[in-house]
Amino acid sequence: MNWNKVYGLSLRHFYLIKSSFPRILDLIYWPSIQIFLWGFISKFFTLSSSYYNNTVGVILSAAILYDFLFRSSISYNMMFLEEIWSRNFTNLFISPIKIKEIIAALTLTAIVRTLIGMVPAAFLAIPLFGVSIFKIGLPLISLLISLYIFGITLGLLVTSGLIRFGPSFENIAWASLFFLAPLGCIYYPIEILPEWLQIIAKILPLVHIFEEMRNILINDIISYTQIFLAITISTFYFMLGVAVFYISYAGAKIRGTLINVGE
Amino acid sequence: MKLEVKNLEKKFKNFTAVKNINFHINNGQTLGVLGPNGCGKTTTIGMLLGLIKPSNGKILIDDENFENLNREKILSQFNFASPYVELPKKLTVKENLEIYGRLYGVKDLKRKIHEVSDDLNLSIFLNKKTGELSSGQKNRVSLAKSLINNPKILFLDEPTASLDPDIGDFVRNYIEEYKSKNKVSILLASHNMKEVERLCDQVIMMKEGEIVDRGTCQSLIDKHGRNNLEDTFLKLARNKNELE
Repeated sequence: MNWNKVYGLSLRHFYLIKSSFPRILDLIYWPSIQIFLWGFISKFFTLSSSYYNNTVGVILSAAILYDFLFRSSISYNMMFLEEIWSRNFTNLFISPIKIKEIIAALTLTAIVRTLIGMVPAAFLAIPLFGVSIFKIGLPLISLLISLYIFGITLGLLVTSGLIRFGPSFENIAWASLFFLAPLGCIYYPIEILPEWLQIIAKILPLVHIFEEMRNILINDIISYTQIFLAITISTFYFMLGVAVFYISYAGAKIRGTLINVGE
Repeated sequence: MKLEVKNLEKKFKNFTAVKNINFHINNGQTLGVLGPNGCGKTTTIGMLLGLIKPSNGKILIDDENFENLNREKILSQFNFASPYVELPKKLTVKENLEIYGRLYGVKDLKRKIHEVSDDLNLSIFLNKKTGELSSGQKNRVSLAKSLINNPKILFLDEPTASLDPDIGDFVRNYIEEYKSKNKVSILLASHNMKEVERLCDQVIMMKEGEIVDRGTCQSLIDKHGRNNLEDTFLKLARNKNELE
């Protein structure tokens, strides 16, 4: 791994963010809107639901974590789409950069994009709704790592599709997370799902992450097994995502789709 | 650096884009690749740059098979410029050159950026966004990017397309001068026959994925009894049977 090349490709995205105030505003705007929306919903539920009674902010915390996942994945996809939109794809793929360096650069840069949006949103929730995601404590770091790995994995799968099918795959990029959201048990416990669907949900890391978040916030219990399981499953999918990306890249070279990819 | 292509072929399902072609570029030579649109030029360049996997045949770099060589090591000695492949428009010229300099592992990058931008009269645009430049300026930025790593083999796809005669002449002069100073091997795909006559040592003419003729510009003009390369091109492009 040549870190100078990884840094070089990351710079391309930092310069892009730095060059445009509306771009920075856009990164902050959507997570903040989510906080407002889910903050009021959360407030309503805590006042009206016995399940969430006296557990202010469980829904809002779930919303923040889910948005973190969403932003991670979208950031990864966006950076790859930027190369297609700017017709820079050929220049990038003929440069002496390895695929693993491209993945590393996008992964490292995506966290910066994600944090630009999520940090203000997480802090905004404290004075506005009296909800602090940081109440989860140290396990929050593990949950965020797990979410980030899974978000990047979804990004990798979507970018594999972009390489395989071209820019027409772009719509899937925006819709990808919504396919999994119902199975993620983000706002409700897994028991709500029919039994057969619970089996499928458990092979995704999201259930373990959000169940653990509720476990900590509602019951004040930390299950390290659940956290370990979430990270292990996310890492497994990440490795699968990397393999799919390599296969798509090899396939694109055979089909000739790497050349002239653009708007 | 010597580039040699042996029996190179590319099939896409039932369509053969490039049919069993052979050519070579000796160290410091310029090879012109001519042919009508859709003749297989872009696919050939794509294979040479490692973007497209050949169906058959070999690409040899200094007599070694490209497939057996370290991809990154070889690509660090290649570069490519085309008006149809752009650099990120929202980034300044300097930022783009810096990024590609890093991707190509260029040492003393600041000096190199100033050197290529001075040579190509880009110094005053260094802090301007690439998307705000005229097409002539963008072409020069693309050329600057292609020279950032001092390539040993340079691929140029219509480097002067859509440029006014003055800028076009400037770019051709620059390529000529750069070639003589740096002994770089160049593959030039162009529809500008005067440019080809001026810059190329050898020419291959492609049609429907095949090489239909080859030689120096003058030898092709003489062989086909025409007055210039443009007429020769038209003859070859319009009537393959006359050649056989």
